Amino acid sequence: MTCDDSPLFLHAYLDGELDAPRAAEFGRHLEGCSTCAHALQALESVRSSIRGAQLREPLPAGFEKRIRRKLDEASSPAPVSLQGFQSWRWLAAAAVLLLIAGASWKFAQKTHGRTEVSVTEADAAASELVDAHIRALQPGHLTDVTSTDQHTVKPWFDGKIAFAPPVSDFAAQDFPLVGGRLDVFQGRTVAALVYGRRKHFVSVFIWPDATQDVEQYVGAMNGYQWISWKQNGLRFCAVADTSRDDLVALKNLLSS
Amino acid sequence: MEDREQFDRLVLPHLRAAFNLARWLLRSREDAEDVTQEALLRAFRFFSGFHGSDARAWLLQIVRNTCYTWMEKNRPMDSAVEFDESLHLSPLPGPEVQAMAGSDRERLTKALEQLTPRSREVIVLRELEGCSYKEIASITAMPIGTVMSTLARARERLQQLLCGPGTKEAAQ
Repeated sequence: MTCDDSPLFLHAYLDGELDAPRAAEFGRHLEGCSTCAHALQALESVRSSIRGAQLREPLPAGFEKRIRRKLDEASSPAPVSLQGFQSWRWLAAAAVLLLIAGASWKFAQKTHGRTEVSVTEADAAASELVDAHIRALQPGHLTDVTSTDQHTVKPWFDGKIAFAPPVSDFAAQDFPLVGGRLDVFQGRTVAALVYGRRKHFVSVFIWPDATQDVEQYVGAMNGYQWISWKQNGLRFCAVADTSRDDLVALKNLLSS
Repeated sequence: MEDREQFDRLVLPHLRAAFNLARWLLRSREDAEDVTQEALLRAFRFFSGFHGSDARAWLLQIVRNTCYTWMEKNRPMDSAVEFDESLHLSPLPGPEVQAMAGSDRERLTKALEQLTPRSREVIVLRELEGCSYKEIASITAMPIGTVMSTLARARERLQQLLCGPGTKEAAQ
């Protein structure tokens, strides 16, 4: 075993990654090969200056404490109050619309996939929606984060759901972020972002979608438009009583 | 909460390693603070899925992924350039960089920061964290052979940056 076999042996030797017999063999090779001996010396010198320079970054003061506090918050997700937010009813309404739209999307998907939705399945989905509807309409039931600041909304989702929904404020594009909330749809916890749009609200439901389905779906129901698409393994569904164009514009912002 | 105690006991001791990797990948202490925090929260969220024995490698893997995601989002130009560099070694820096005065620490920091992220991370994991090839492979999701060749290339490049192109025999 020599440097002709592989230049990587030299590094493996330096790093103590060769087993004993090979290390011994390479050690004998080093005695007779000045090229390798010099190279090893050069590598050792760089290594010792790296180690001597103490490049391992120390933790910032109070950093560990801060992390522990964040973990405390994540371990016991306390309901966030809706203090000062008068329009929680909007959120409730939006959530329900979203659930309805989500179900429609599922139905659309089923039809799209040539499988007829069985009556039982539709019934089950419908009953889930009714339940969700009743739950969401109960005053004080919602535990939302209300903030126009994406840096408040995004961390709020941390520890509550097993994925990270993209949270951005598009106030400059006339879609100001209103807040976020959690909901349950088809037995799973999903994230919902709420955006304002000229006195209307748009809700965007987001959940992980492991299926192969990358189709985009659009639809309208009782005067509400909805659009559903997939991006980075997440299924999105935006719903509002604004125009379809508004939803497409928001979708483009979220996808960019 | 039992999970939390386990997490504190197994994962938190590696906070400095996590921060160190983030700092070198992102080349910024400030950004590293944000990203390390995000990575720790993410790790906590996924902790129930951790059944291995090497909590450090597990955490560093999450830190690394969080760093790359962050870079793609916040420094798309940066990562595009660096991606190219990892395929084609960028030209050597001009003599003004090589002749740069300063302490060993500054010189080494500058040199390390000029490496591509892929090269930088293997150096940091190997030389600063003392990870084995196997651990580096699991953290970076690279085969061991790739770890070895990346490390060899990174060291060669580092030597060039530190000493000028005079010590190339190391890679022969």
